[in-house]
Amino acid sequence: MTTTDLPFPGLSGVPTTDEPQNRKDFSSDQEVRWCPGCGDYAVLAAVQGFLPDLGLRRENIVFVSGIGCSSRFPYYLDTFGMHSIHGRAPAIATGLATTRSDLSVWVVTGDGDALSIGGNHLIHALRRNVNMTILLFNNRIYGLTKGQYSPTSETGKVTKSTPVGSVDTPFNPVSLALGAEATFVARTLDSDRKHLTEVLRASAAHRGTSLVEIYQNCPIFNDGAFDSFKDKDTRDDAIIPLRHGEPIRFGAEGQYGVVREHTSGAFFAVEVADVDESELHVHDAHAIDASAAFGLSRLTDAGHLHRAPIGIFRDVDRPTYDDQARQQVATARETSGAGDLAALIAGGDAWTVN
Amino acid sequence: MTKQVRQLDRVIIRFAGDSGDGMQLTGDRFTQETASFGNDLSTLPNFPAEIRAPAGTLPGVSSFQVHFADHDILTPGDAPDVLVAMNPAALRANIGDLPKAATIIVDTHDFTNRNLTRAGYLENPLEDDSLDAFTVHEVDLTSMTVEAVKEFGLSRKDAARAKNMFALGMLSWLYGRPIDPTIKFLERRFAKAPDIRDANLTAFKAGWNFGETTETFAVSYEVKPAPMEPGTYRNITGNLALAYGLIAASQRSGLPLFLGSYPITPASDILHELSKHKRFGVTTFQAEDEIAGVGAALGAAFGGALGVTTSSGPGIALKAETIGLGVMMELPLIVCDIQRGGPSTGLPTKTEQADLLQAMFGRNSESPLPIVAPCSPSDCFDAAIEAARIAVTYRTPVMLLSDGYLANGSEPWHLPEVDALPVIEPGFATETNHETADGKQEYWPYKRDDETLARPWALPGTAGLEHRIGGIEKADGTGNISYDPNNHDLMVRTRQAKVDRVADSLPPTEVDDPDGDARVLVLGWGSTYGPIGAAVRQVRGAGGSVAQAHIRHLNPFPKDLGDVLGRYERVLVPEMNLGQLSMLLRAKYLVDVVGYNAVRGLPFVSTELAEAIADLVSSLDPTLDTAPSTTEEVRR
Repeated sequence: MTTTDLPFPGLSGVPTTDEPQNRKDFSSDQEVRWCPGCGDYAVLAAVQGFLPDLGLRRENIVFVSGIGCSSRFPYYLDTFGMHSIHGRAPAIATGLATTRSDLSVWVVTGDGDALSIGGNHLIHALRRNVNMTILLFNNRIYGLTKGQYSPTSETGKVTKSTPVGSVDTPFNPVSLALGAEATFVARTLDSDRKHLTEVLRASAAHRGTSLVEIYQNCPIFNDGAFDSFKDKDTRDDAIIPLRHGEPIRFGAEGQYGVVREHTSGAFFAVEVADVDESELHVHDAHAIDASAAFGLSRLTDAGHLHRAPIGIFRDVDRPTYDDQARQQVATARETSGAGDLAALIAGGDAWTVN
Repeated sequence: MTKQVRQLDRVIIRFAGDSGDGMQLTGDRFTQETASFGNDLSTLPNFPAEIRAPAGTLPGVSSFQVHFADHDILTPGDAPDVLVAMNPAALRANIGDLPKAATIIVDTHDFTNRNLTRAGYLENPLEDDSLDAFTVHEVDLTSMTVEAVKEFGLSRKDAARAKNMFALGMLSWLYGRPIDPTIKFLERRFAKAPDIRDANLTAFKAGWNFGETTETFAVSYEVKPAPMEPGTYRNITGNLALAYGLIAASQRSGLPLFLGSYPITPASDILHELSKHKRFGVTTFQAEDEIAGVGAALGAAFGGALGVTTSSGPGIALKAETIGLGVMMELPLIVCDIQRGGPSTGLPTKTEQADLLQAMFGRNSESPLPIVAPCSPSDCFDAAIEAARIAVTYRTPVMLLSDGYLANGSEPWHLPEVDALPVIEPGFATETNHETADGKQEYWPYKRDDETLARPWALPGTAGLEHRIGGIEKADGTGNISYDPNNHDLMVRTRQAKVDRVADSLPPTEVDDPDGDARVLVLGWGSTYGPIGAAVRQVRGAGGSVAQAHIRHLNPFPKDLGDVLGRYERVLVPEMNLGQLSMLLRAKYLVDVVGYNAVRGLPFVSTELAEAIADLVSSLDPTLDTAPSTTEEVRR
């Protein structure tokens, strides 16, 4: 693919428009029915506000979702959309993206949808690198079914289905995606419109499957799960910002940093004062080897969240499944010509009766 | 020495050996020779699910039966006239199917104590009197093959592997088959391995020459070509015909074909075949699981492709929820179920037709979809086009019910003129279809065609027709989410009515009742067409009067089916299940049909079915003795 010189190689082939667009053009006439205070509102607003930047023809954008609160998303966007069934959106989107190179395909999913019932489709979409962006709304709880623990809930979570605490270890979605050979993996926050938009832009620019984990607050069943990242007293110590090409530092005074231990390759947060500044890890989102990105993802708290890296972990080029599948069809037609049905069905061993 | 040539009108040969002995290839080649010679034919491959069960054991026996004749025939035959057994296990596994006086050609090479024990023989059957009822030809095929190909310097093991071609050559001589097709085939197949090619060619020719010179065979046989309508023919299996039918449907609709599939026996060959035909614009997607296979096909259908998924019963069970989504979203989707023995893993390589009720009802809630079932291997081609016609015209998932017997069995196919195949009109929506009270133009995705009740199909990329669909109940017309009770009742009834409307486009039921006075109707569906037809001929041959009809549309039924059932005093419904069509017929028409049911993983034995038909016929008229006088398939 020689699309890297375009501003949005991920959208190469999708028809654009010169008509000015604004967020209202992307708002459908349907009443939004999330709970008051739900983080989904902020993400919807950010997406509606961001889509006009792409300059695409609205009719060439498709949002596909599964089941869960976040999966109502397509109804509120005035694009083509499909609200499908639990966990299957990546599979459905794979068929659509493979057959239609002229569409910008987005998947909206949640932690239960993508990581529990649909875990298989998620990892296979990622390894295939189908050209689409997956927005994974992670609220660490089951909302639509009213409050059971999810595959990202911390161990010990007390919910309706785990009255004395859950006993299973949660997934770290970023680690999972990297292990599944994802080419673009990022994490952002529902409440940080600026960062969310920045990540959406990068994910749209990426050609291949982009996985964007969005920490999203559920005010009803898991309120405050991400408060550490939002409270102005704690957020500077909680957010480890990942910026490509920069040493990783955080804290209100930049007093913390991330170093990599040479023997184990593991990453640790340290006080910068305790180390030589040159030892701070310089983030390389474009590194072909995913080990460092994976190591950084392990800095995410597994239990209640007090600290996690936020930003683009990995953004590398690899040929996409859909481009290659289409190329095989095109090559077959170029080298052998379009098929002749009569010749096909006759085969090589036909005989004639007079 | 000039050998005598004896005329026969039909022969049934079964090739049997270890699953590594190449019996399927041998049978397939013999079939191709037979097809090009111009006989009518029908085949029955029968192989274990294990790729290589322990050599020399009964579970490892693989066989291929071919029935060929100088007249039209309907089945691979109930019992072989000739058994070719490559080892003791192959003999023991098949001997019970042989009628008295059958011919057995046996490779004596493996009749060692060890192999006899492995096959469960206490005594060598070639040395005791257990085969006295048969004509046995003992030939050391393996040694003669190894001797014939020694000039090529192959290992003994590789040399011995050509014994199937020696056997093929011998049988080709015995039945006067043309050998050129196989010579050309071997040259093509092993073009890159000259040693193997030459060894196989040499073994094949040596087998032929052995037949001609040996005193083992005093006579050879001739089965003259069958009279066939003028035209071009080829031999074809059901899976191949089904794959070609899907390509034809794609060509005749202008919709690019997208197959989402997960490997499963006996459906995988359709995936393999379609993956070869990218120049027809075919995209094949080997998914991570059955659910993703149908999901991707449905996603492709949303984008305007001819979305297809192929599987067998267990896979269809996994796809059920997605098929239900297709029913709700009212998108065209073709679901091919190549049925096999079940439940659960069941008998993966054996046939059955017990997924009819799964196709009808195997989804949550009221989730109707049309069902089409082909009746013969070549009919899979037409059935695939018919399934596509219904799916596209009515915007609905359609279930295509083939089975293992059709999938792997073969028959001569009179090739259709491709220009005469039906044209399928996608009729995509291109403009808004509703005006609001204030004069605004809108697109309503659930505004229906008056005649078909189909909804419009607007593809992403069509400006002004942006809309959202999904699994939640839709408001009639607008397609917006609706929880209104009356709307749900209306939509449930409308989805059913739409499927029922398919019947408006179906031809009347064809009933074969040559005497016009039959009191018994035999009604079947799917792959039992051949065995039922053969059984009906036997009954008629014995003087019985019986009508036969075979339905291709299982949902909805043809509009005249109730009248047809009502015209007969008794209706016999043979099925390779415990009475699934019977249940549907009883429920819908309140007709007390009689079931004939066998679920042995094999096609019906037509003589047994003929007895059941004859019993029913004579039960209405006890003065009549219509017991079939022959155990052979009789002419029309």
